[in-house]
Amino acid sequence: MISFVLRRLASAVPTLFIVVTISFFLMRFAPGGPFNLERPLPPQTMANLMATYHLDQPLWSQYVSYIGNAVTGDFGPSYVYKDNTVAELIGKGLPYSMELGFYALLLALFGGVLAGTIAALRQNSALDFLIMSVSTMGVTVPNFVVGPVLTLIFAITLSWLPAGSWGDGSLRFLILPMIALALPQLAVFARLTRGSMIEALHTDHIRTARAYGLPARTVVITHAMRAALLPVVSYLAPAAAALLTGSAVVETIFTIPGVGRYFVLGAINRDYTLVMGTVVLIAIFVIVFNLLVDILYGLLDPRVRHD
Amino acid sequence: MNDKRETILAVRDLKVTFTTPDGDVQAVKGIDLDIKAGETLAVVGESGSGKSQTMMGMMGLLAGNGRVTGSAKYRGQELVGLPLKGLNKVRGAKITMIFQEPMTSLDPLYTIGRQIAEPIVQHRGGTFKQARARVLELLELVGIPDAKRRIDSYPHEMSGGQRQRVMIAMALANDPDILIADEPTTALDVTIQAQILDLLNSLQAKFGMAVVLITHDLGIVKHFASRVAVMRRGEVVETGTTADIFERPQADYTKMLLAAEPHGRKASPAETAPVMLEGRNVSVDYATGGGLFGKKSGVFRAVDNVNIRLKEGQTIGIVGESGSGKSTLGRALLRLVPSSGRYQFGATNISDFGRSAMRPLRKQLQLVFQDPYGSLSPRQTVGEIITEGLYVHEPQLSRAERDKRAIEALKEVRLDPAARNRYPHEFSGGQRQRIAIARAIILKPKVVILDEPTSALDRSVQGQVIDLLRDLQKTHGLSYIFISHDLSVIKAMSDYVVVMKNGKIVEEGDTDAIFEAPRENYTQTLMNAAFTA
Repeated sequence: MISFVLRRLASAVPTLFIVVTISFFLMRFAPGGPFNLERPLPPQTMANLMATYHLDQPLWSQYVSYIGNAVTGDFGPSYVYKDNTVAELIGKGLPYSMELGFYALLLALFGGVLAGTIAALRQNSALDFLIMSVSTMGVTVPNFVVGPVLTLIFAITLSWLPAGSWGDGSLRFLILPMIALALPQLAVFARLTRGSMIEALHTDHIRTARAYGLPARTVVITHAMRAALLPVVSYLAPAAAALLTGSAVVETIFTIPGVGRYFVLGAINRDYTLVMGTVVLIAIFVIVFNLLVDILYGLLDPRVRHD
Repeated sequence: MNDKRETILAVRDLKVTFTTPDGDVQAVKGIDLDIKAGETLAVVGESGSGKSQTMMGMMGLLAGNGRVTGSAKYRGQELVGLPLKGLNKVRGAKITMIFQEPMTSLDPLYTIGRQIAEPIVQHRGGTFKQARARVLELLELVGIPDAKRRIDSYPHEMSGGQRQRVMIAMALANDPDILIADEPTTALDVTIQAQILDLLNSLQAKFGMAVVLITHDLGIVKHFASRVAVMRRGEVVETGTTADIFERPQADYTKMLLAAEPHGRKASPAETAPVMLEGRNVSVDYATGGGLFGKKSGVFRAVDNVNIRLKEGQTIGIVGESGSGKSTLGRALLRLVPSSGRYQFGATNISDFGRSAMRPLRKQLQLVFQDPYGSLSPRQTVGEIITEGLYVHEPQLSRAERDKRAIEALKEVRLDPAARNRYPHEFSGGQRQRIAIARAIILKPKVVILDEPTSALDRSVQGQVIDLLRDLQKTHGLSYIFISHDLSVIKAMSDYVVVMKNGKIVEEGDTDAIFEAPRENYTQTLMNAAFTA
């Protein structure tokens, strides 16, 4: 087990390196730069800025120095939020994004698995149809529609909940953004669970369990559910990485000071270092969660246990 | 028969109906059956006869679209229509079942110890910890060696035979009155099959439960059952004692089933017949383990230094249990897997032939597989499937000529030529195997390797396929290598037999010699394990 974890962590290093390298050059090949504003800067100012940030040097030397700094944890200054380093920006925003994302993940996972299980047990009933219709909507309706609609209903019309901002960080403020963030993932979890649950309920060993007089609850929970959760667990890694690193749309709609906005804003402003910082952040989350999920998977399924 | 034993399960007018998009299908059409205390009743029938569905219906285990009506009274208690709560007091305690699929009937995610304990805890109460002693006792009873260690094994760590023993342990856990064994050995090798059936037999003698043995295999019936019920198309056509059924069958269908056991012999080809295909020192190695970060890899020798020589018009039967290397040997002879050794096809030395060098020869070297369902593409019409090889080997043919060849081939395998416009799923297993044979013979091959071509088929259908293969051999002077685990089929098809075990040839010789006077222990074990009806 320990050697498995160490092997996986070791293989994360080249993965991160490749991700960073590709993003670095892709970003630089995109037209424009961080200081190309609507009203062009005077050439002398521009040249000074470029020199200050070493952007006048050859690309490969910029790349080498970026990698060299990144290894020591220095992701450089943001070109657009000039008073902050990238590490500061992410350090400030990440706790908000992670807290909101964590609640959204719990909601998506438990809500999705529950809905999917109920739909599978009542396959082809009206309830199944209802759950699947709602989950189709969850997948297809984008959260820039869901967010404002939620605000309109619960904040403006009913005045039950605040319309936005982090506030004092209490649950009241988090409910609406959490729902908007969780809904698409919840829908995916529900669909995955339903499909794998229906499959699990038709396996031979479920027939064995029923043939041996085990009550329906035991059959479903101890036997079918555990098998049905395997594909759900596989999806957990990308879902967790996506939710915990924030969402530009949801954080903008609900004015949450998280890191989700930085990826989009950084890309639009050609804020090279900020984009690179968020790329590294997301890559680390994906790698770590994939590892966690693989360990969890091994615990659930003895056939793929890592020894 | 004046059997004074008490009837403990009385089935009356039991019907099982499935609702399908094409309307209702009645799988069981109102049958009567009596099961007496302590007896072994065999329910015999071919696939689709409703023998399993009768039991599933009675036990409340039908698929979602199935429903059961009629009556099945267990010691006076009606099972049909009994609410789940009441039914769950009977199943797993008084009436238990073992199934055909030992590989999938156990939950892969729990240890076998825990799975055997589940019905004990459920029906007798107590904790899993308390049940452990009983589980150990059961594992020893069913002959799992080193039970103390194996109790914490997962199903995937056990062989098929061992898993079936685990199922039997589970079935015995609550001292049942009736044990329903649904094709318990169909998925197992013959020697394992014999062990499992002996085990069931001795356990029955020890504990005195009634056994309902559902099977298609008359050999098993003859050796283990005291009474027989023959089912066909959802009806019981005949019941009687085993002796009566085998010696004085009344129903035409029973007579037909008994006659469907493969029979006949094949004469050896002339001494002077030319050698068609020869392999010398054939060995096949598979790498085990490996992978990018995996552990050090090993080598598994699937076929170990085998010599084989197939003459024109000859049929060599290769017999062996799963893992004996018989299929791998067949593929090595066709140069389909990397292998070492010397290979000769007719006058050509094909030892060093790669894929492209072999391609022109493939026309004459054909292969027919076991699985008539998986080996035909569901998205091609039968015509497309059987003419596909012609595109490669005879590209000069016009569309009309190809169609003509397809018609000829289908006629030869005794299928309606109109079949070429239909899709495989519209055909039965036997018909599909005919399609697979047509696909091979349309190329006018010289050598055909038949890899368990009849194993997935019912006995009566098997007989027809064997007859067809024999006729084709005569008309076209084909040479066959016939791979099978089924000794009676081997006996009927081949003039020379090769017995394989662990990649090596254990014994070989003319069919009569091998069957009449096997020399090696292993061959004798195989013969004894195969219950011939």
